[in-house]
Amino acid sequence: MDLVGFLASRWQAILQLTAEHLVIVVTAMAISVILGVVIGIAITFNRAAARIVLKFANLMMTIPSLALFALLIPVLGLGKASAIVGLVAYTQLPLIRTVYAGIMTIDSTIIVAARGMGLSDRTILFKIKVPLALPAVMAGIRTAAVMGIGIGAIAGYIGAGGLGVFIFQGINRTSDGMVLTGAIILSLIAILTDQVLGQVLGRVQRRFDP
Amino acid sequence: MIRFENVSKWYPGGVADAVDNLSLFINEGEICVLVGSSGCGKTTTMKMINKLIEPSSGTIYLDGQNIETLDTLTLRLNIGYIIQEIGLFPHMTVAENVATIPVELGWKPLRIKARVEELLDLVDLDPRLFGRKKPRELNASQKLRVGIARALAANPMIMLMDEPFGALDPVARTRMQDEFLTIHQKIHKTIVLVTHDIDEAIRMGDRIAVMRNGRVLQFDTPREILSHPADPFVSELIGDRKALKLMNLISCAQLMHDVSEFRQTWNRDFKAGGTLPGASTIGMQATAQDALAEMFRTGERFLFVEDDSHQVQGVIELDDLFKSVSQGDDARKQ
Ligand SMILES: Nc1ncnc2c1ncn2[C@@H]1O[C@H](COP(=O)(O)OP(=O)(O)O)[C@@H](O)[C@H]1O
Ligand SMILES: [Mg+2]
Repeated sequence: MDLVGFLASRWQAILQLTAEHLVIVVTAMAISVILGVVIGIAITFNRAAARIVLKFANLMMTIPSLALFALLIPVLGLGKASAIVGLVAYTQLPLIRTVYAGIMTIDSTIIVAARGMGLSDRTILFKIKVPLALPAVMAGIRTAAVMGIGIGAIAGYIGAGGLGVFIFQGINRTSDGMVLTGAIILSLIAILTDQVLGQVLGRVQRRFDP
Repeated sequence: MIRFENVSKWYPGGVADAVDNLSLFINEGEICVLVGSSGCGKTTTMKMINKLIEPSSGTIYLDGQNIETLDTLTLRLNIGYIIQEIGLFPHMTVAENVATIPVELGWKPLRIKARVEELLDLVDLDPRLFGRKKPRELNASQKLRVGIARALAANPMIMLMDEPFGALDPVARTRMQDEFLTIHQKIHKTIVLVTHDIDEAIRMGDRIAVMRNGRVLQFDTPREILSHPADPFVSELIGDRKALKLMNLISCAQLMHDVSEFRQTWNRDFKAGGTLPGASTIGMQATAQDALAEMFRTGERFLFVEDDSHQVQGVIELDDLFKSVSQGDDARKQ
């Protein structure tokens, strides 16, 4: 079946799987960003903890994504839960690392001045460190989001739905139209996300960069 | 106001004590300068006052209260702190930077706005022009001005300044030193200033603590330190041209004497206003060094001292200048 024929005949399924894909990725990213930012900030207070956490997050990302999902199936079964947890685990490293680096690379004289003038640790964190790390954090979110959209295709393989379904089924049935539809829509979403987050990042940088 | 009692600080792994059994009393309203070469313990001494560093032994008192018994944040809020890098918050505007402490203290917005304008005026930055600028748009002097305004925001009793003029080029440095002295006359804070520049210490200090290897070698007025260095190291730090430096500390107002005496001595032809036609004049605030330079320029052995409204108040003769440095102590007592 050719691409145009496939698009015309299966547009409802296309919409449904695209929506499914977005739900999985957006849910996973929301959890991942919150978790990554909290962990990234928390480890700035303890060098030893930072080393361990960053090593662990690095390990998560080193495990091939398919293997990571496969490992989750015995625990969470086939379906969305495994897909979301896998995506969260996989996108932690870029987030934790950028949040951590974003805070640790703030000019130390700024922090000394802030402490010396009597600002509380809380004020320093929320009014100085976090805003100053925001450009780095946004860059991390952008990387993680684009990664998450791509790797989200594997969700199709483990029964969670999404655009991966087209790709894997298309391969099985040797349907070029199906494979291409999945791949092209996936790529478009990734490119669009990258562009939009790039715009947001530029705006944050103009607002917060020294 | 601030009293160090046998304070020492040793860092883990340090070869010698960074601060070694230091005792010091800093009076209310004075500018106390800690001077000495790099690594002699000036910054460590200063940071113990606002508890950025904890002494290894000894006690620091503030208005008679042991600072260990005071709440750290409250203590710091009452002490202005300026470091060489200033450390302005780059994501905030100048006005937001200056408002930092008032916001932290929960002042009302109108009061904060008024205070920010008052402070920017004090440091000679137009609030309408500079309030909305970001720190990256400022030059080094302007950053320092904002830093001073920010440190003064909650009207602290004490200001700690660690090499505040260090980032400025020589011309800007001298100007900011003078301006800071003018500001100090308006605000009357107790100031502890750290520098490695002995000329800055002499210029700014009411009293100077010369430090070496964590100890205070001499703690006295600039004049006393220049005229009676307690130690070969102090002499070396002061360097050459001691007499000229001393002359920098003496104002023409202190040196001048009555024109009538001068008339008798010299018996020259006077104009109605009391001066010689074409004779050169100098302001009361000018230094003995300025007077010397002026005499060398004109080739005359005297000049007249005027007040701000150009009324002649007295006269200085070359001999007065000689006496001022060869009998430094007596000249001061006038
Ligand atoms: N955090 C630190 N850890 C270890 N040694 C330090 C630390 N800070 C300063 N020192 C040492 O203490 C001594 C005094 O330093 P400091 O007070 O910064 O001197 P200054 O301000 O006069 O240059 C120096 O020998 C310096 O190396
Ligand atoms: Mg220092």
